[in-house]
Amino acid sequence: MAALSDHLLVVAILAYALAMLTYAAEYAFGNRGVVARVAVRERRRELVGVGAPVDSGSLDEPGPVDLPDEPESAGPLDDPRIAAWAGRVAIALTLAGWLAHVGCVVSRGFAAHRVPWGNMYEFVLAVTLVGATAWLVLLMRRPSIRPLGLFVSLALVILLGIDGVKLYTPVAPLVPALNSYWLKIHVTAAVTASGILMMGFVAAALTLIRTGFEAGKTRFPYSLGDRLPAADGLERLTFRLHAFAFPIWTFAIICGAIWAEAAWGRYWGWDPKETWAFIAWVIYAGYLHARATPSVKRTIATWIAVIGWGAMMINLFVVNLVVSGLHSYAGVG
Amino acid sequence: MAALDELTIQAPAEPPSRGLGPGRALVGLGRRLWRWLTSMRTALILLFLLALAAIPGSLLPQRNLNIDKVNKYLAQHRVLGPLLDHLWAYNVFASPWFSAIYLLLFVSLVGCLIPRLRAHIAAVLRVPPDAPSRLERLPVHAEDLDLPGEPAAVAQQLHDLLRKRRFRVRVREQADGGITVSAEKGHLKETGNILFHFSLLAILIAVALGSWYGYHADRLVVQGADQGFCNTLQQYDDYGLGARVKPANLEPFCLDLTNFQATYLSNGEPSVYKASVDYTIGNGPAKSTVIQVNHPLRLSHARIYLLGTGYAPVVKYTDKYGHSQTEVAPFLSTDSMLTSTGVVEFPDANVAPGKGVDPNDKQQVAFSGTFLPTVPSDPSVGQSAFPAERNPALMLTMYKGDLGLDAGIPTSVYALDQHQIDDGRLKKVGAPIQLKPGQTAALSDGTKIQFLGTRPWATMQVRYDPGETLVLVGAVCLLIGLIVMLLGKRLRVWFRVPPEGPVAAGALARSVYPGFTAEFESIVEDARAADQRPTLRGSR
Ligand code: HEM
Repeated sequence: MAALSDHLLVVAILAYALAMLTYAAEYAFGNRGVVARVAVRERRRELVGVGAPVDSGSLDEPGPVDLPDEPESAGPLDDPRIAAWAGRVAIALTLAGWLAHVGCVVSRGFAAHRVPWGNMYEFVLAVTLVGATAWLVLLMRRPSIRPLGLFVSLALVILLGIDGVKLYTPVAPLVPALNSYWLKIHVTAAVTASGILMMGFVAAALTLIRTGFEAGKTRFPYSLGDRLPAADGLERLTFRLHAFAFPIWTFAIICGAIWAEAAWGRYWGWDPKETWAFIAWVIYAGYLHARATPSVKRTIATWIAVIGWGAMMINLFVVNLVVSGLHSYAGVG
Repeated sequence: MAALDELTIQAPAEPPSRGLGPGRALVGLGRRLWRWLTSMRTALILLFLLALAAIPGSLLPQRNLNIDKVNKYLAQHRVLGPLLDHLWAYNVFASPWFSAIYLLLFVSLVGCLIPRLRAHIAAVLRVPPDAPSRLERLPVHAEDLDLPGEPAAVAQQLHDLLRKRRFRVRVREQADGGITVSAEKGHLKETGNILFHFSLLAILIAVALGSWYGYHADRLVVQGADQGFCNTLQQYDDYGLGARVKPANLEPFCLDLTNFQATYLSNGEPSVYKASVDYTIGNGPAKSTVIQVNHPLRLSHARIYLLGTGYAPVVKYTDKYGHSQTEVAPFLSTDSMLTSTGVVEFPDANVAPGKGVDPNDKQQVAFSGTFLPTVPSDPSVGQSAFPAERNPALMLTMYKGDLGLDAGIPTSVYALDQHQIDDGRLKKVGAPIQLKPGQTAALSDGTKIQFLGTRPWATMQVRYDPGETLVLVGAVCLLIGLIVMLLGKRLRVWFRVPPEGPVAAGALARSVYPGFTAEFESIVEDARAADQRPTLRGSR
């Protein structure tokens, strides 16, 4: 079982990497029109029945949008047929990678006879699985966001690669402090929130790129914005992902505190892991605030979301591997 | 709507100030400061400062977490170290600047919440406002709903329908004989928001309560009825009392460790710790229970946690007058395989019977030692190979002289006083010896030492935090408020039933959410369903 899990990890990484290449092919060959047209069609659907503009800057959802009519520019590489084909292959590969990923986590759980997120290796495995799942769900509901696939699979490949190479830990039972049902609840919530926040980060980063592109910037990261959906749609997606993940993250922290009360005698002790969970929470709360404050520009709010993910990454990598604390039974040898 | 919010959370506009007396200027300044403090922008900045301020607390060693590391850091950084110390860098979360930020944040929160709460209550109490004169101006609307019947009956039908959908409804007769039906729902969103922010306040208050009225104390307990302790400060190795706690307030209980079991995985990681204890509360009867990691003993106030374990060698020393004493000396573990070091002290050794101690020629005896629960296959490694006692051995080095215990300075019970050794008052005697359990060795000065075996010890932490329950309640309310706030939707719907002719409908969302249009259409759909001749012409 443990060996099966390890093999499936390799399969998953390869599938995601191939998916990334085919997404990239779609990106390269696709003509901007295709992507733009899908996006516009979608937005038209959302707008049906909505007449006069309503107060924008509101929190919940699509404010009025005026649809810029994107010209169908055909670059030298553009070949819609290759692009469409590549797009379909990319999705199939993502799905294959996801299945292998699920298999990897599940077989790991069977091998260890417990929930498969008891150490850092398994945690990253699970977070990326939630991220990949969130991606597939989003893709099903809004096919127009497919151009994000390149970046999502890039993030998956990087994280899983680091996980497999640097953080790999053989199957083992849990140390006594981790042996609690609060572990299951707390870590499951943390994994779920982190996975969705990871998608939120991709969306936020691409929002910034696309916003820059729409503002006429042509330097490297912004040039990627060419084939992305329109910035305000991405920005709303970013918000919804974060608004969905934030309560889950809050719940994860609360469960962590309950668990800490039982395991260590205090619900909060400013252990480095706790401190960074708090920092990330405060930054994400700041993001939600910033987005609800009209005088704060959306770009600034989106930057805050990106910084929030930075804090999550610090909590995962720097705190586990560099700083020592009570949580340092990450099990990385 | 968000723009509205920014207005509602600000203090009422200051009245135009006439004259320019210093008092007035001061009041004006105060007002402006207050308005700045309670603005959402300031809240945002303070949130960021709070996050930023927490960072050094996670990167530098902290006194409350690990004082040894702080001391080591101070020793290594001779210039920067003390400088940082002045800035409370080793006690970030109790530092004035950290407190200042969160206190400001919470003052801001109070300042922003109270007007919001007032406005919200007013909004909840207010009946849904009357329909605007031209419904077709609303973002979604439908005209020409052909609902037959008396206007009053139609209005009643619409009223019932909206009530069923959990709207608050008000029916109004108009001057022209027509009737308007106004409906509103979604105050829950703002309620959630206010609940969320008030919960934050509750949590802060609860944390303060805990730090004033709570306490914690650590104690290393060796197994055995002779080694128990009671909940009084003298019996603790380390403790922290809240500002409002007096030593007499500690819950009266006594506890001793009757048995300790540890099981380990093959790689040496612990899998189960089980401490069986006997305890009494006040003058109550003795009770027995088991304390495990994650399963503290919960008394009515205090909770007792199991933190860690180790070995206490039991050593019998026979001095030159043939007098023997037995000591149980807990050794501290230095690694995860429980390589343990410590000292066994016999301050009363070699006192000539019938004579007192000669203060100038003390012959006290102590052994500094290392205990390995499992001697590795290559003994020169000097570190245990496994945390359980598979092949235990005790290495001892004998010292003789003045242990320095009488100086009145508290000394560690886990190490010899290095000053005494440096000053030559305590001298090493002979070569180190190694003992298996049960073995006896003759020492170079003719005295004898026997290693009787070990007893396990457990570190117990006693804690009381009266704020805990409130923190939990606050956290749960916070989560509920958060979810309600993020899911909540505000919607107003109006129907205008004229004395004669088709009915018009329109809706306004405080924030346009997906499904807003769908919800409106479904309401109109329901209204039509009451009548079988649909002639809805939507706004499409
Ligand atoms: C510890 C400090 C605070 C935290 C963690 C916090 C967190 C949050 C969160 C997560 C939201 C949700 C935003 C959304 O609906 O998407 C929110 C909304 C809000 N907060 Fe705070 N907040 C804090 C302090 C404050 C303060 C001091 C103020 C007032 C100055 C304030 C005013 C508001 C307002 C007005 C909203 C509603 C925004 C809207 O829906 O239009 N908050 N807060």
